[in-house]
Amino acid sequence: MTPDNQVPALRVVGLSKTFGTKTVLRDVDLEVRKGETVVVIGASGSGKTTLLRCVSHLEIPDTGLVDVDGRSVGRVAIPGGWKDASERQLAIQRRGIGFVFQRFNLFPHLTALDNVAIGLRRVRGIAKKAARERAAEHLRKVFLTDHLDKRPAELSGGQQQRVAIARAIAMEPTIILFDEPTSALDPELVREVLDAIRVLAAGGMTSVIVTHEMSFARQVANRVIYMDEGAIVEQGTPVDLFGSPREPRTRRFLEHFTTPDAKAAP
Amino acid sequence: MSIDWTIIETAIPLLARGTVVTLQISVVAGILACMIGFTLGLAALSNIAALRWIVAAYVDFVRGTPLLIQVFLVFFALPVIGIRFDEIWAGIIALAFNTSAYIAETVRGGVGSVERGQTEAAKSIGMFRWQILTYILLPQALRPMVPPLTNELISMTKNTSLLSVISVYELTRAGQAIISVHFVPFEIYLLLALYYYALIKALSYLSRFIESRMPAL
Repeated sequence: MTPDNQVPALRVVGLSKTFGTKTVLRDVDLEVRKGETVVVIGASGSGKTTLLRCVSHLEIPDTGLVDVDGRSVGRVAIPGGWKDASERQLAIQRRGIGFVFQRFNLFPHLTALDNVAIGLRRVRGIAKKAARERAAEHLRKVFLTDHLDKRPAELSGGQQQRVAIARAIAMEPTIILFDEPTSALDPELVREVLDAIRVLAAGGMTSVIVTHEMSFARQVANRVIYMDEGAIVEQGTPVDLFGSPREPRTRRFLEHFTTPDAKAAP
Repeated sequence: MSIDWTIIETAIPLLARGTVVTLQISVVAGILACMIGFTLGLAALSNIAALRWIVAAYVDFVRGTPLLIQVFLVFFALPVIGIRFDEIWAGIIALAFNTSAYIAETVRGGVGSVERGQTEAAKSIGMFRWQILTYILLPQALRPMVPPLTNELISMTKNTSLLSVISVYELTRAGQAIISVHFVPFEIYLLLALYYYALIKALSYLSRFIESRMPAL
C-alpha cells in the first residue's frame, strides 16, 4: 500500500471517544496516503464526524494516536516518553490539518478575501498585501473570482462553503478533513461545492470526506470507508464497496440509496 | 404651592458649573473603567487559572459591596495606609473601579456568546488562543456589547451624584449648596432631575449613534 519511502499523510491508531456513557468511536485505525481521497459514509450517529473532530483534536480523543505527515498530533515527546500537547502546541500541530465544517463557520466580520487571508497573515506571518494576493489565488481555485469583498452574509451557502474550502487549502495543510460539506446547502448549491472539491482532489489534495452524496463518493474517492456504531465496518475501492459490499451491514446501508445513479456502476 | 422662578434663574448657571464637573468626572472615570474593564474581561477569558480567579474575586467584591462604601474606602481608608487622593480623584477612581467590574462581566459574556464554531474554525487554521480572541471573537462581540456597556456607563454617570458626600462639587453638590442657602428643595431637586435626565439622554443617543456606525455582521 504505502511505498516505503513515503510517510502517510495521516495515520490513526486505536482512536476511541466516549461522550458520557455513549461510545462514539471504537478503536479506529486509519491510514491515508498522500494524494489520496478517502470518503467516509455511514448513517448519522455512526461516528464519522467525531472521527474527523478527533483527528483534528477539536475533540480530544480518549485513547489513540494521530500522526500527520509523520508528526504526532495531540502529544509531544519528552525525555522517556510522551505527554499531552498544550493548547499552544496543539495549535501548531493543527496547522497540518485543514478542516471544512458542515456549517461553513466563516468569520462574519471579514470579507471573503480576508477570511482566506487572515490565516496567511496571522498564522503564517505573511504581509497583508501578499497574503491577500495569495488568498485571491486560492479563491480562484474554488471558482470564486467575484464577490471577494463581500461579507459571508452576502454570499450564498455554496459560495460560503467554497470560501471555507479556500481558507483551508490556503494554509497548505498535509490533509483536509471535510465534515459533510454539502449537508447544510440547498440542493441546487450542492453541485458547485462538490465540483470544487473534485477539482482539488484531482489536483493532488489529500482529503478525508464525510458525505452522504453517494454518486460524488463514487466519482471522487480512491477509497470508501463505511462506518457504523463508531467503528470501520468495511472499506475498499468505490467499485468494490458500492458494487459488491461484503458486509451485510454495508449492504443494508447502501440499499437506502436506491436512486438509479447510485446503483449504476461507475 | 408656587414655583420660585427667580431662584431657578439664579440656579441655572450655578448648576451648569456642577454639570461640567459631573461631565468631567464621567468622561475620565468612563474611559478608565473601559480600559480596566476590557483588560479584566480578557483576563477572565485567559487560560491562566490564577488570572481568572483574581478577576472573579474582584468582580465578586465590587458587586457585593455598596458603591458608597467603595467611595469611602478610597477617600477615607486608603489615606490611612498612605495612599491619598483629593476628593475628585478619589471619586473618579472609586467609580472607575466599580464600573470596570461590570464592564469586565459584559466583555466576558459578550465574547463567550460568540458562536462556538467561530473558535473551532480559528483553531482549524492553527490560531493561538490570544489570536482567536483578538482577531475573531472580540471584533464580533463589540457591537452586541454596546447596549449593555451603555447601561453601565449610564449607571456610572448617575452614580457620580454619590460623590457629593465627599464634597466633590458636582451637579448634586451644587444643588445642595443652593438649597442650604435658599431652602428651595422642590425647585432645585426638580432641576437636578432635569439636568441628569438631559445628560443621560445625550449619552444614550451617542451610544445608539456609535452602534449604528459599527459594521453589522
